[in-house]
Amino acid sequence: MDFLRPATWEEALAAKAAHPEAVPIAGGTDLMVELNFGRRRPACLLDLGRIGELARWHREKGAVRLGAAVPYREIAAALGGPLPALAHAARAVGSPQIRNRGTVGGNLGTASPAGDAHPALLAAGAAVEAASVRGTRLIPVEEFFTGPRRNALAADELIRAVRIDPAGGPQEFAKVGTRNAMVVAVCSFALALDEAGRSVRTGIGSAAPTPRRAREAEEFLAGVLAEGGHWEDRRPPPPSAARRFAELAAAACAPIDDVRGSAAYRRHAVAVLARRTLDRTWTAYRGGERCA
Amino acid sequence: MRVNLTVNGRPAHAEGVWEGESLLYVLRERLGLFGTKNACEQGECGSCTVRLDGEPVCACLVAAGQAEGREVETVESLAGAAGLSAVQEAFAEAGAVQCGFCTPGLLMATDALLRREPRPAEAEIREALSGNLCRCTGYEQILSAVRLAAARRAEGAR
Amino acid sequence: MNAPAAPGGFGGVGESAGRPDGRQKVTGAFPYASDLRHPDMLWGHTLRSPHAHARLLGLDVAPALAVPGVACVLTARDLPAATHYGLDLPDQPVLAEGRVRYHGEPVALVAADHPETARRAAALIRAEYAELPGVHDEASATAPGAPLLHPDRADRYAALVPHPNVVHRQPVRRGDLAAAAARADVVVAREYRVGMQDQAFLGPESGLAVPDGEGGVDLYVATQWLHVDRRQLAPVLGLPPAKVRLTLAGVGGAFGGREDLSMQAHACLLALRTGRPVKMSYRRDESFLGHVHRHPATLSYEHGATRDGRLTHVRARIVLDGGAYASSSPAVVGNAASLGVGPYEVPAVEVEALALYTNNPPCGAMRGFGAVQACFAYEAQMDLLAAELGLDPVEFRQRNALSEGSVMPTGQRVDSPAPVAELLRLVKERPLPRPRQWETRDSATGARRVEPRALPGGLGRASRGESVVRGVGYAVGIKNVAFSEGYDDPSTARVTLELSGDEPVATVRTAAAEVGQGGVTVQTQIARTELGVSRVVLAPPDTGIGSAGSTSASRQTYLTGGAVREACAAVRAEVLRRARERRGRPADGPPADGLRLAEGKVVTAEGEVLAGLAELLEAGPVTAEREFRHRPTRPFDPVTGQGDGHVQYSFCAHRAVVEVDTELGLVKVVELAAAQDVGRAINPRAVVGQIHGGSLQGLGLAILEELRVDAAGRVRNPSFTDYLLPTVLDAPSMPVDVLELADPHAPYGLRGAGEAPTLSATPAVVAALRQATGRALRRVPVRPEHLVGLAE
Repeated sequence: MDFLRPATWEEALAAKAAHPEAVPIAGGTDLMVELNFGRRRPACLLDLGRIGELARWHREKGAVRLGAAVPYREIAAALGGPLPALAHAARAVGSPQIRNRGTVGGNLGTASPAGDAHPALLAAGAAVEAASVRGTRLIPVEEFFTGPRRNALAADELIRAVRIDPAGGPQEFAKVGTRNAMVVAVCSFALALDEAGRSVRTGIGSAAPTPRRAREAEEFLAGVLAEGGHWEDRRPPPPSAARRFAELAAAACAPIDDVRGSAAYRRHAVAVLARRTLDRTWTAYRGGERCA
Repeated sequence: MRVNLTVNGRPAHAEGVWEGESLLYVLRERLGLFGTKNACEQGECGSCTVRLDGEPVCACLVAAGQAEGREVETVESLAGAAGLSAVQEAFAEAGAVQCGFCTPGLLMATDALLRREPRPAEAEIREALSGNLCRCTGYEQILSAVRLAAARRAEGAR
Repeated sequence: MNAPAAPGGFGGVGESAGRPDGRQKVTGAFPYASDLRHPDMLWGHTLRSPHAHARLLGLDVAPALAVPGVACVLTARDLPAATHYGLDLPDQPVLAEGRVRYHGEPVALVAADHPETARRAAALIRAEYAELPGVHDEASATAPGAPLLHPDRADRYAALVPHPNVVHRQPVRRGDLAAAAARADVVVAREYRVGMQDQAFLGPESGLAVPDGEGGVDLYVATQWLHVDRRQLAPVLGLPPAKVRLTLAGVGGAFGGREDLSMQAHACLLALRTGRPVKMSYRRDESFLGHVHRHPATLSYEHGATRDGRLTHVRARIVLDGGAYASSSPAVVGNAASLGVGPYEVPAVEVEALALYTNNPPCGAMRGFGAVQACFAYEAQMDLLAAELGLDPVEFRQRNALSEGSVMPTGQRVDSPAPVAELLRLVKERPLPRPRQWETRDSATGARRVEPRALPGGLGRASRGESVVRGVGYAVGIKNVAFSEGYDDPSTARVTLELSGDEPVATVRTAAAEVGQGGVTVQTQIARTELGVSRVVLAPPDTGIGSAGSTSASRQTYLTGGAVREACAAVRAEVLRRARERRGRPADGPPADGLRLAEGKVVTAEGEVLAGLAELLEAGPVTAEREFRHRPTRPFDPVTGQGDGHVQYSFCAHRAVVEVDTELGLVKVVELAAAQDVGRAINPRAVVGQIHGGSLQGLGLAILEELRVDAAGRVRNPSFTDYLLPTVLDAPSMPVDVLELADPHAPYGLRGAGEAPTLSATPAVVAALRQATGRALRRVPVRPEHLVGLAE
């Protein structure tokens, strides 16, 4: 096994081009488990921990450009304003120790359907900045997940950053786990309302082979809100619409039975989370309780 | 490969490190610092908590090579020339230690918490320790120890 | 190890003295078994079966031997002597030969110069299997033509069991059941299930075997019982016991999971074969396969009561899944049968408990040992009956509560305090915690604030208070203390009082395994109190002294504490004899002369100092060794279950307060209050620590912890990612009331305390969940699916 330690992003891209089999490691919270348990023996590790820019975020043309290796702790502490759903998700990740090391780039690289960041990224309409010596491309996050633990990266590509527009309205994230801390999601759900765009976006976690949006639910709710003039008068959508939204969210799931939960429960729980997050975001939109 | 790092304020190096080896293995088997415990090796118990550049992390999830040039503090760093730290004293006195296997990790997590927040509220303590499993105590006397340590540190600072 | 006294105290009996190993444990210096090393050592690794039941057709170890760094590979063919071992029946192969009976069964061993090398080499061994149909429950295990786990049984239970796939069966019959049932105004009958809980101690199974160069071996190991390890090891190694020496290495928790052998024989075999020290330390996934678990159980109960709230009868059938090998299943059966109706007076009882042989993981000792499973069922039944009768569940229990003088279903009279009704009263009378503590209002703005960390689901924000309903539940349980059914389990202590410099020091030597419970602390306290010296040193436990018995069955303070006390008394007698002699009193003078030891001096009844210990010890150290036994017990009659089978009973009651997100089935246990009688709290803080720890393990069984085994007998979640232990955010506040009603038969009046709290915590939590959700919840652990009605 080789251990490559590029000091700059350019060196990292060159190393990945020269060693497409190299597995990038940042927080190590997924990969080291695989190594410790002998499930993976990559020929080469590519340590991204020395590239300072990856661990920083900044605003760029209004959007947040979140370096791939910004730890969850930082996201939860500093980005609750522009990225509320992602900040909530970051705080729900693993344990404090994991949040100190784990990164959104790593979550995307692993592309587990249960990754906590994914629903928030989907709801926020994030784009993954994938780079190689050939150049840089932006992959909309809903196109990034290509299968269970598979993603759209080419062999020579690395995730440099994630670009996320700041919230244009209330956002929520909610995760169901059997334990009250340090738990892999049984399922999760994120919802983002965009006041200016009069749009609704969602993200579902751990209830399908990949993280995914509930597009029909989004379209349905956006239609109800527009037709009913809810954006303008801020009345909550009728309970029947909230229920239908929840049903459509559940219908978007394709869950499995596993040791963490049954498929039936996952569908049920996604519906509950969809209804609750709608209720919470709309309450916030009405200027009531903050989703703090 | 060779790994150079600072452990508990002193330079340390390990030779012949396998590239897939964890910082936990290097601390224990190569540097002889057995205070950091190996209970799950998958970041799900906190027994191997050390501070890496000041932040509590699971040493089992840090590749040894990633620690190159970094500062690592382990449970062995807590006691000073003057004796046990306030957190160690409190754990020993309050019944927070039974089998003790989780203790080094909990001490490191508590130490980091109290450095950041000298007067933590109950929920903050629980969140800060939620990555550290204890199978013996039911956590009640651990929580007592943290509160005791916080009070003593505050007294000492006054 | 020298022990600190409690600050401001002497550190004797009754004080919350500090642990003698406390300083080492908070500095990281305490040497656990997994920390052992030797400059010349090899690392051992075990190849395990991926199948639950298969013919083992062949093993080609050549590829493993070819790996550089590999020193040795062993299979069943290489075993030098006995091929099987076991706590009760020697039915478990040291290494599988011809057949594997459970997922994870050891098949081959590798020793190499690096643990990774050993693991990789083991993976290269070509093992050829032909899978066989397995038996995984009672129906399949006892079906006509069922494959027999152990076809040629000749053990002492074999003649009494209804089927060869039943390890042991114990009926208990008392009273005229038909007549009693006819008197019942209300009858409830239900079936309950208990999933497979794991001890999940944090310190992995580990040890270091060092060959002595003369054919013998020294094993440094984390275990619960050094001598029973040796009793099983010596025949396997083909050595006389004297050539197999065990020393206790630091133990990172046990809870029953270290009572059976794990790596002990394997490490010794590798060490003796290679002539080099061999260390073995399980990784977490292997640990889940490498020790026994709590028996999963199916329990069918029928309870009857009269309209005025008196129990008429209990009929119960308890089927425990013992897995592939016997381990301690027979004793677990005895407990489940004899304690199966709980701490209640029941005029007529018909209980049958049995353990099966199946192709599931072997099950054996875990804290609560057969009493846990029964308590979940009988306490659920008590709630159902109370509801049918329109009675308060605590009041109904109190009306039927066992008390001193009551007769157990085994015919044994309870001859020491049994404050069951009082314990229930204590938990019931506690003020309830304030509801909705997670919700506050800003005093200035009136804005609602929500603390997610106090809500079901925690930081996942699944609930911000939506659908949160509170429930309250009660339960009480009964556990036996020490080994039962005629077992002789004495403990041995040797105490030496001598001068170190000019200060008297007591050295206590036993073979008692300290597994975290604080046995070292109470031994120290007892020596201080009995000898009046402050400095007490504990020698490392090893097989160089007689057995202390197991650190299990809530027995070690009773038995080893008793042995230390008696050895101290003998030392004291000699010291007093020297004092009398020196002061010209009759040397064997009457005990009534009132001489005692205090603060390093011999003091008369009038408080006059007769002599300093230092001057009396100048003549040389005083040493005494004593073996201590509890009063004898008797086996249960194989047909009626009658017999004075238990030494002592231990009681604990719980009240659980839960908040449930009823739409998502997520749970926050807000408070778990306990009340327990401990006879005498030798160390009050340690007793409370035991009650907290036991309670949380009971909570774990109620809502989180289950080792899941699939239909083919494979363990699906051998990891801390998916075997969920309670975190501090799952742990409730746990107020404790401790009663000290002395048992006149026990040293200091103490009552074994470690296990009872594990029993009633589970049913109390589930009772509270039933109240919050209205669901039947007849299986633990309760999962979110059960709480929302998506699974039975």
